[in-house]
Amino acid sequence: MIFSIIAAIMTVFPFVWSAILATHDRSTIFGGGIPLYIGDHLGANYDKLMEMLPFWRAMANSFFIAIMGTSVSLLFCSLGGYAFGVYEFKGKNALFSFMLATMMIPPVVGLIPFYLIVKMLGLLDTLTSVWLPFTATPFGIFLVRQYVVSSIPKELLEAAKLDGAGEFRTYWSVVLPLLKPSLATLGIVQFVFFWNNFLTPLIALNSQEKYVVTLALRSIQNNPNAPWGAVMLGTTIAILPLLVFYMFASKRIIAGLTSGAVKT
Amino acid sequence: MELSKDEPTPKRGFFRLSRKAAPYLFLAPYLLLFLVFGLFPLLFSIYLSFHSWNPVEGLEAMEYVGFENFKTALTDPWMWTALKNTVFMGLYAGLSQHLIAIPAACVLVSFGGRIRHVLTSAYFLPYITSGIAVSLIFFQMYAPQSGIINQTLLLLADSKWAGWAFTWVHDAMPIRWLEDVALIQPSISFVVFWKFTGFNIVLYSTGLMTIPKDLYEAARIDGAGAFKRFWHISLPLLRPFIFFAVTLTLIGQLQLFEEPYVLTRGLGGPSQSGLTITAYLMRIGWEWYEMGTASALAWLLFLLISVLTALQFIFFGKKGLRNDH
Repeated sequence: MIFSIIAAIMTVFPFVWSAILATHDRSTIFGGGIPLYIGDHLGANYDKLMEMLPFWRAMANSFFIAIMGTSVSLLFCSLGGYAFGVYEFKGKNALFSFMLATMMIPPVVGLIPFYLIVKMLGLLDTLTSVWLPFTATPFGIFLVRQYVVSSIPKELLEAAKLDGAGEFRTYWSVVLPLLKPSLATLGIVQFVFFWNNFLTPLIALNSQEKYVVTLALRSIQNNPNAPWGAVMLGTTIAILPLLVFYMFASKRIIAGLTSGAVKT
Repeated sequence: MELSKDEPTPKRGFFRLSRKAAPYLFLAPYLLLFLVFGLFPLLFSIYLSFHSWNPVEGLEAMEYVGFENFKTALTDPWMWTALKNTVFMGLYAGLSQHLIAIPAACVLVSFGGRIRHVLTSAYFLPYITSGIAVSLIFFQMYAPQSGIINQTLLLLADSKWAGWAFTWVHDAMPIRWLEDVALIQPSISFVVFWKFTGFNIVLYSTGLMTIPKDLYEAARIDGAGAFKRFWHISLPLLRPFIFFAVTLTLIGQLQLFEEPYVLTRGLGGPSQSGLTITAYLMRIGWEWYEMGTASALAWLLFLLISVLTALQFIFFGKKGLRNDH
């Protein structure tokens, strides 16, 4: 019991520590000893952080790609999952197996040509290049399909047809509202992915005003004169949105991110 | 267009999809994105791995070299260093993750709902946060002079009650966690361990909760102690979960990038002992512009992941999945 609690404290401690350091100046951080109290240099660190790079711009970019990426993912994956779940069509099984097989390929394998195609499409150094390509994921389509198969009764679809609803309308007005639980799960997975993504922005974004927050953090580390209080403030701010979200919905988030493991 | 029962709806409208076309249209975004950003890069990457190419010189500069890139990658001593580093860090972080997570999950499920929920949330937290952000925090914590780890060690060495155990801590010679060849891999592995153990604890505790309670009850009546119950009931029935969790760890560890990248400031660490395969691949491709060799290395990495996952499935998975049924 005590061991479990100590482990939990040790797990959370680095976050608390970074928030504490964000309030101290150089002399306290480098002066020896462990300042386990809140200092009074938060304002100064904030100013320094803003001086180093357009930090809020990076936060806004991250929000933009996370929100665009997540909402478009919900649309594309629900369409795809619905198609695999309710229709019989030529090549369905082959396509489905193929889609699942591609999940096994490490992303780094296609990274270099990914860069090339992004460049050819004129998307290099645009935020589109870091969200659009990842909106129709095999995992998302698979997740929605499983839900459609297990929870959407065929009779409902037939009833919609009898009432004269077309194919798209059946999806949009009848099925989509019922998909909420699986879309909530998918939304969490995608939001966390987009917010934390580093590899794609690292290769696709160059200019500082396009930086997302992970790139911004990495770039201030390279600044040899980076004041640690300011760096830790940046880290804390970068973690905060997910942290707040987590505090309200930790159960859902945990269930969402482990859903691949637990059969439903 | 409002639908109501009195009004007959037109059978054919402009936006009416035929039942045959509908699934293809619904899958169109996936198919299109996959062709452009998934399949093309994969095929091109195969093509590229047989060519020598510096992207700065344009597509015309591409030259067919056969298996030369694979030979270069396989005979490059740095590649073997990177592989060795990746494997060692994978073993340190991977093994410790699972060895701690299984017993921790057993303890966790024995708690009541509320405490369990709070502890689960705490353990899981590092998993959702950015690898870049948490690695930066650890980068600070590992700092030789000001980092909290060395500061704590100094404090312990100076204290009356614990000083005898910490005489190896020297004020003048702080431990260089990230600059010492012997320490860099354990230091990086610890961050990875810290980040992913909670995820595994949650997986295993979910698995444990699927085990019927009467099995433990029956074993208790037969006089089996806590350890025996763990060994003969929990562990075998957890097998499919262990298989799944270990597979995820294997795939993740072999592609390790963010944590070592930040902790070594992108430089690979002392004697490059913090250089991982993915980090080396990025260096070959984006610093040396040898896209062919980088592609070959990526496919070798894919091969390694496939072989290890297959082996893991043969030795571990099959039996575990059979137990599941």
